[in-house]
Amino acid sequence: MIKTVLQQYWRVVIGALLAAGLLFLALSGYLAPVIHAVSTPLVTVQTWVATRYYTLIRPSADATQLVQENESLRSDNARLRNQILSLQEQQKDAPALYSLLKIARTTSDSSYIAALVIGRDPSPFLRYLFINQGSDAGLRRGMPVTTDQGLAGRIVSVSAEAAQVQLITDTSSAVNVQLPKGGNAVLTGSVTGDITLEMIPQEAQVSPNDLVITSGLGGSYPPNLVVGRVVGVRKEQTALFQSAAVQPAVQFGNIRWVLVITDFKPVDLTPLLPAVQP
Amino acid sequence: MFPTLLAIPILLLALMLQTVLLPTVPLLSGYADLILVILVAWALQDRVKHAWLWTLIAGAMMAAVSALPPYLPITGYLLVTLIARLVRRRIWQTPILAMFGVTFVGSLVSQILILAVLYVQGTPFKLLDCLNLVILPGTLLNLLLALPVHALIVDLARWVYPEEVEI
Repeated sequence: MIKTVLQQYWRVVIGALLAAGLLFLALSGYLAPVIHAVSTPLVTVQTWVATRYYTLIRPSADATQLVQENESLRSDNARLRNQILSLQEQQKDAPALYSLLKIARTTSDSSYIAALVIGRDPSPFLRYLFINQGSDAGLRRGMPVTTDQGLAGRIVSVSAEAAQVQLITDTSSAVNVQLPKGGNAVLTGSVTGDITLEMIPQEAQVSPNDLVITSGLGGSYPPNLVVGRVVGVRKEQTALFQSAAVQPAVQFGNIRWVLVITDFKPVDLTPLLPAVQP
Repeated sequence: MFPTLLAIPILLLALMLQTVLLPTVPLLSGYADLILVILVAWALQDRVKHAWLWTLIAGAMMAAVSALPPYLPITGYLLVTLIARLVRRRIWQTPILAMFGVTFVGSLVSQILILAVLYVQGTPFKLLDCLNLVILPGTLLNLLLALPVHALIVDLARWVYPEEVEI
């Protein structure tokens, strides 16, 4: 009976015995070197195939991601380029702003608002500037305007976000100034942009290179603002007054930033002037 | 309606150039008047029908920006347009000549008008300096602008008023 069963199922029995033996060897650890020796090349091959699969057969998913990354980087690049341009522009203005800040710090008894020059009067007969601050920033008509070099002019009209500045070189501008060796005079502009000291008393001592500063008389400008230097004096014995040409302290052709003195209130002398009789 | 509306962006752009760029490139003490040159070129075009409206818009813009009395730019530009329209009817066959002629005369007329009014109002001008250093250099600059502006305005007029074809 047993012999018949063995004859009939000997392959199964041998297979079971082999399986049991292999299982025993695996569990007891004797089969580990063999498994390692067999599995290492298999794993290598598997790794190679998997790598090629992801790099060659499935590029589309990564490409999409790369395209997105590329777009993002391009966008960042454009933004940074714009930022660089903006910073370069700001860097150009930095020295002028630094000078204005220095002025504002050294004369801390006044309060200032910095403004950018945004245009000039289109008429060549007038010397006016437009600045980018107006009544919203607290600017009012009559406020003096300076630069880091000296007096530039005063505000003559204001809108919400801009103001118009009459320069001291304008033909109808008149600034009361004082001379270093005593005496007062009136500084007037001209159509060419030159400025001249008028009404200097004959007895006043004026010489080239004298510093001209505002006197504060008349109440239109605060005192002690630098206006310029005398470059030439004209004195005629028959004339009532001397006159002098002045080199302005401010380079009006290159003016870009200005400081508006906001705590100065000009005096309106109109009510004190005698009425004209018809 | 469209040609009138078109005046606003064009003249605004010209005004910006006029206030920002042109004062930085003076000849002696004179500036070019780009708006005046545009108005002359526009008014000289035979097809143009809205030259007066352009003039009023330009004058109003200039009056709003400049410290001049408001009526001065408007009056000056109206005079210039009047000269251009009168000339157009007589020598329209030679448009470049008309452009230069009207720019020259118009520049002198408008600047002398401004000078005269400011002088009468009490601005202490030295008249000879004004003539030599402002008016004549400004007129010369306007003449330099006349040719390119004329070319641009001719193209603009053709675009705004296309030629009518009879079928």
